[in-house]
Amino acid sequence: MANIKELVKQKELFTGGHRGCAGCGAVMIARQVLMVAGPDTVVVSATGCLEVVSTIFPYTAWNVPFLHSAFENAGATISGVEALYKSFTRQGKINKKINFIAFGGDGGTYDIGLQSLSGAVERGHNILYVCYNNEAYMNTGVQRSGATPKGADTTTAPVGKVKKGKEQYRKDLTAIMVAHGIPYAAQAVAGNWRDLTSKVEKALSIEGPKFINVFQPCRLGWAYEPELTCEMGRLAADTCAWPLYEVLNGQYKITYRPKEKKPVAEWIKLQGRFRHLMKPESKALLDEIQALTDKSWEDLRKKETASTPAKAV
Amino acid sequence: MAKSNIIARTGNEAMAEAMRQIDPDVVAAYPITPATEIVQIFAGYVADGVVKTEFVPVESEHSAMSACIGASAAGGRAMTGTSSQGLALMAEMLYIAAGLRLPIVLADVNRALSSPINIHCDHSDTMMLKDSGWIQIFSENAQEGYDNMIQAVRIAEKAKLPVMVTTDGFIISHGMERIEILSDEDVKKFIGEYKPEHYLLKVEEPITIGALDLPDYYFEHRRQTAQAMIDSKSVIVNVGKDFTAKTGRSYELFEKYKLDDAEFAIVAMGSTAGTTKVVVDSLRAKGMKAGLLKPRVFRPFPKEEIAEALKNLKAIAVMDRSDSMNGHEGPVCLEVKAALYDKGLNKPVVDYIYGLGGREIRVQDIEDVYKEISGLSRTKAVSEVKYLGVRE
Repeated sequence: MANIKELVKQKELFTGGHRGCAGCGAVMIARQVLMVAGPDTVVVSATGCLEVVSTIFPYTAWNVPFLHSAFENAGATISGVEALYKSFTRQGKINKKINFIAFGGDGGTYDIGLQSLSGAVERGHNILYVCYNNEAYMNTGVQRSGATPKGADTTTAPVGKVKKGKEQYRKDLTAIMVAHGIPYAAQAVAGNWRDLTSKVEKALSIEGPKFINVFQPCRLGWAYEPELTCEMGRLAADTCAWPLYEVLNGQYKITYRPKEKKPVAEWIKLQGRFRHLMKPESKALLDEIQALTDKSWEDLRKKETASTPAKAV
Repeated sequence: MAKSNIIARTGNEAMAEAMRQIDPDVVAAYPITPATEIVQIFAGYVADGVVKTEFVPVESEHSAMSACIGASAAGGRAMTGTSSQGLALMAEMLYIAAGLRLPIVLADVNRALSSPINIHCDHSDTMMLKDSGWIQIFSENAQEGYDNMIQAVRIAEKAKLPVMVTTDGFIISHGMERIEILSDEDVKKFIGEYKPEHYLLKVEEPITIGALDLPDYYFEHRRQTAQAMIDSKSVIVNVGKDFTAKTGRSYELFEKYKLDDAEFAIVAMGSTAGTTKVVVDSLRAKGMKAGLLKPRVFRPFPKEEIAEALKNLKAIAVMDRSDSMNGHEGPVCLEVKAALYDKGLNKPVVDYIYGLGGREIRVQDIEDVYKEISGLSRTKAVSEVKYLGVRE
């Protein structure tokens, strides 16, 4: 397990001076992932907030080799990098372990980049794909995505006189990745560094395709005060709006169990994107969201039980 | 030499053979008619362990070019092959490969673009990408496809630009021909070892590739790419000379066939140039001073050299195997006319759009073109587009 005293002593591989918003959760994730991965790492990023704020020419926040090519293809692009590594290793041109990590937002991962990611993990490349999931297209100004939860206010599914934000449920991308039969898939959150860094450490020790879906509070898109990012993340875990778990070779393990599972409204009420849900006339929708959250948590617990071998007596 | 270096191969087999000899570090590809065989044959080489290549059987052409970009940026030789819709799907990534100045080599088997869907030859796919920053080299037959592929590796790495080598779908790709190949050793020697200065796998020297340019830098970077394209002309010429010295087969920016004393000429690319040579010979036998200019390199377009080569003609027909849908001429004709204009040459130039979707172009069709332009006077410029061989 990661030790914070050791982690902070390392050279910063994702440096300050980037142009992320105050309170940006995406850059926090990138920094923590690289703290674990270390300097022998190649990063590929999809187009999106993280890429835009970190690589404005002639500056870069990346102290590791970094490649950005386009929006929908981080999976394919890192496949090519990793394929060359395999080729060079076979030819004896390189002889050291290198980590291959791709970052994509929920737009670049859940939606436009899903095919490319699916192809990459199906082919079994030795990569770690990290989705920084802020539940909307934040880089272009808070449009709905496949990760946006029902009821959230976005600029392309706005709250109006008739409609109350996004009308559909978000898709369960982690489940889609698990269904690919990859050796390691997990959900983490910005705000729980220990859980995230432990998962990155574990993922990087495993050969094959790995996927971590990191929930990332976005102060701009979610509309909360910038100093609350970590708290927003932790509250998502405490309410089970974003359960933290991992699936190692098909075996589910919940990595964080809230001592007391809080009502999802505790998390929702702090966010401008859900402001309308706190009005009395939205009670039915809020109840529906709570019921869905409860069911998802219950389903996860069942999966954990069902996939865990019984202890030998 | 114990083993004969003359073999029978289809265009696709010849391209795959060149790729085997080049032995790139990574090939990422997705099948599409009529280019599929290139990938299939190459996958066989990988399965048999006769190449050191890591083969990435991607889930789309977009991903094929993305993976090539990853591999090339990481410091290796990367290649792919595609056609038509595949090239169109790659379009976004083709621009990015050129902008990142990555020396990727692509075999494109020319095929019509949808809609209507059609799997046969025309040049619409390649022409769609004529402004992408890729060097574009056309081949008249399987031999040229093979030779161009081998030269493309050196051209790309010296010019720091990606190169697409095209053959005509089915006509070349599936036609069996006699070709002369180099030995594996000679190919290895000709292309040399690839030694990039900066690359991703050099983790001790981290670099950022694909940064965001705001208005303060974007223009300069695009200007540099434009200059690389301008400069690539001499690279192509020099690599061609070297190849000729090794093989005796001549490779220049374009081929002149009985052009120097010609009065009437056709400008044609790809397999049609071969048919045109037959017509030139028969018309010459009948007394017409017919000639052919076959552009080999369409990007960069060698405009001064082409204008110089066409300056003494009475009339010119340009054969366009694609339509720009622009209300006037096709892409090759526009380039030729612009080249002539800059030299102050006001000549009759007629554009013939032909062969779309694999419509056959016959000896008789080409003879008719020569006959039509032979009736045009030297001084009278014309602006005319003719559709050859279409029912109207």
